[in-house]
Amino acid sequence: MTEHQTDALADDVAGIVLEQAERLFRDSLTREVLQAADGGRWQAPLWGLVEESGLPLALVPEEKGGVGLPPVEAFRLLRRSAFHALPLPLAETTVAAALWTSAGGEPFAGACSLAPVTADDRLVFERAGDGYRVTGTARRVPWGSQVPNLLLFGHDETGAPRLALTAAVAAEPGRFNLAGEPRDRLVLDRTALPAEAVRPAPDLCRDGLLQAGALIRAVQMVGAMERALDSALDHANERRQFGRPIAKFQAIQHMLAIAAGQFAAASAAADRAAGAWGTPSFPFDVAVAKARVGEAAGKVAETCHQVLGAMGFTQEHSLHFSTRRLWSWRDEFGHETRWQEEIGRLVCARGGQGLWDLLNGA
Amino acid sequence: MQGFRFDSVRLPPDAEEARRHTRDFLAGEIAAGTFVPRRCSWTTYSAEFSRRAGAAGLIGVTWPKAYGGRELSDLAKFAITAELLAAGAPCFAHWIADRQSGPQILNHGSDRLKQEILPRIARGDCYFGIGMSEPSSGSDLAAVRTRAERVDGGWLINGSKIWTSNAHRVHYLIALVRTGEAGESRHEGLTQFVVDLAQPGVTVRPIHNLAGEHEFNEVFFTDFFVPEDMILGGEGRGWAMVTSELAYERSGPDRFMSDYRLLVELIERVGPDPDRHQAAEIGRLVAHLSALLRMSASIAASLGRGERVDVEAALVKEVGTAFERDVPEVARRLVQTEADLDDDLDAFSDALAHVVLHAPAFTLRGGTQEILRGVIARGLGLR
Repeated sequence: MTEHQTDALADDVAGIVLEQAERLFRDSLTREVLQAADGGRWQAPLWGLVEESGLPLALVPEEKGGVGLPPVEAFRLLRRSAFHALPLPLAETTVAAALWTSAGGEPFAGACSLAPVTADDRLVFERAGDGYRVTGTARRVPWGSQVPNLLLFGHDETGAPRLALTAAVAAEPGRFNLAGEPRDRLVLDRTALPAEAVRPAPDLCRDGLLQAGALIRAVQMVGAMERALDSALDHANERRQFGRPIAKFQAIQHMLAIAAGQFAAASAAADRAAGAWGTPSFPFDVAVAKARVGEAAGKVAETCHQVLGAMGFTQEHSLHFSTRRLWSWRDEFGHETRWQEEIGRLVCARGGQGLWDLLNGA
Repeated sequence: MQGFRFDSVRLPPDAEEARRHTRDFLAGEIAAGTFVPRRCSWTTYSAEFSRRAGAAGLIGVTWPKAYGGRELSDLAKFAITAELLAAGAPCFAHWIADRQSGPQILNHGSDRLKQEILPRIARGDCYFGIGMSEPSSGSDLAAVRTRAERVDGGWLINGSKIWTSNAHRVHYLIALVRTGEAGESRHEGLTQFVVDLAQPGVTVRPIHNLAGEHEFNEVFFTDFFVPEDMILGGEGRGWAMVTSELAYERSGPDRFMSDYRLLVELIERVGPDPDRHQAAEIGRLVAHLSALLRMSASIAASLGRGERVDVEAALVKEVGTAFERDVPEVARRLVQTEADLDDDLDAFSDALAHVVLHAPAFTLRGGTQEILRGVIARGLGLR
């Protein structure tokens, strides 16, 4: 097959998977389900459907039993899941499966989360006989007390970065992000892991799980912004005041046009980072994505709430399913200032003349 | 929101080759000291530079070889444009012809226009200006009053155009002129003409901008004769052509890289060890720029496939020019200095002065920020 034919075939597969996923999200993510999940109740039947459809294996290569979607398409799927406010760790599981199999591990069944997820928390791996013991605390782990699997990152005594796949560990539930998604504290105290559960960290997460997590949240924020903007546009065209739809007022038009610009820039940045998954420019592109999308998220949420008025400020309206996620996700895996600083330090170290190469992926 | 298309782009091999070739050319120019990057931008006029760029094969690159082009991809053109902007190259002489007038002639011009003008543009010795705005028709472009009356063998134009960049030194304008009734839409009865400024019946009055430069002008036409085959796209098709032309004018990297050299000087001045605030602010600007490059490349690819992307182009310019306006404001807050034009001893203060004095135009030229928001709002289904 020519490269073009291979691409076309991959596009077809991606199209089919995306269409199936879209149908699943649309049909099953009713208001009632979102409401029930809000506050942390695990949606077991929903996870069953998601897993049955093979979505968590989207990023795992076919030869390892996965779907093998190109990264751009796999992350588009996660974007759509966030558009529908899927209240489950599909994104975490998808990325964990990709990282674990790229480290040479086998695909696993069930949902999975990542730890640690903040820059300050660290896990230490110590050799113990054939295997390892892991020690450390990881705060605000998504669904940390509910998932059957965890992908852990840390360093061993030699300073080498390690990944480990483990079953559930001791967790303190009870904390949530602003969208009512569980953010649990894990405490590992010389937790024993067999040798086959620990592997050298692959390039994609050599520096930890923050980059992969930042890409997840960037892509999800694009989806949530898209949903919020759709609501605001519909409302502007339906809501009448002073004898006409409020969409006809230039003040409203300009607010939404500016928000659309923020959304477009955010979406471009997230797409670029998704396309860079597994390439040398990934660290830079993912920093750009989290910084740019996070900035847009706050602005878009603000505009959508302003357009929807008091109705958008109620439980009855669905806008909050998107905007509460935006307000949380922009801070998870590093807020925009953290990533801006990282970009700024890299840029300054290279000097002004080096900026252009950096922007062009060199 | 799914209506907007910023598809992912894969740079074709000819784009990489074009990028390398452009870099080599620019390295030679910089080594020879032909321009000072921090004092230049794409709105710096240098016919000498444009002729050398033409000789190096950097103009009209997507056009057919028969018209002096190189039949490269739109993404190769994008790569060349971005390299020129990144270097701060003085491109204004050929910029309008390369960006929009040439493509309009190629798509809608008579055989004579194509044969006579396009190869000269590609060589870098034929320059264009834009004849859209008039004294009482700025943002409201459909209100143009300059008229053309049909006469034997062509048309007679009477009226005036304003804010016409380089009218005193370019060879042609493409002028939007009323040739019939406006109709209910106000968009009917408009026609675009290629106007040869060397012909009698035209006078050019200089208007100096606030930086003290003579860049734009007012142009008066008195019984100015235009032959029939200088019409673009046919009588009465002016509005549709102007709006499609604006997609080229609004989506390119020139809408967010006018002050790229100030960003470079800012980073140089801050040095390799920024404080946290400096790092974050510089990082924010770079993140914005990276996203814009992606959006703009995506539109270049869409235009190359012949797709209509007027709204996406307006989005690039809306976001892009807001970024351009932001760069000097951030720069001056990060580094205490007093902007000083052409200060040989302080490159940052020099670059800042040039940008501050040109920045107001960023969100005016090519459609004001407010007009663009209206275009976007229409695309969103709000109007």
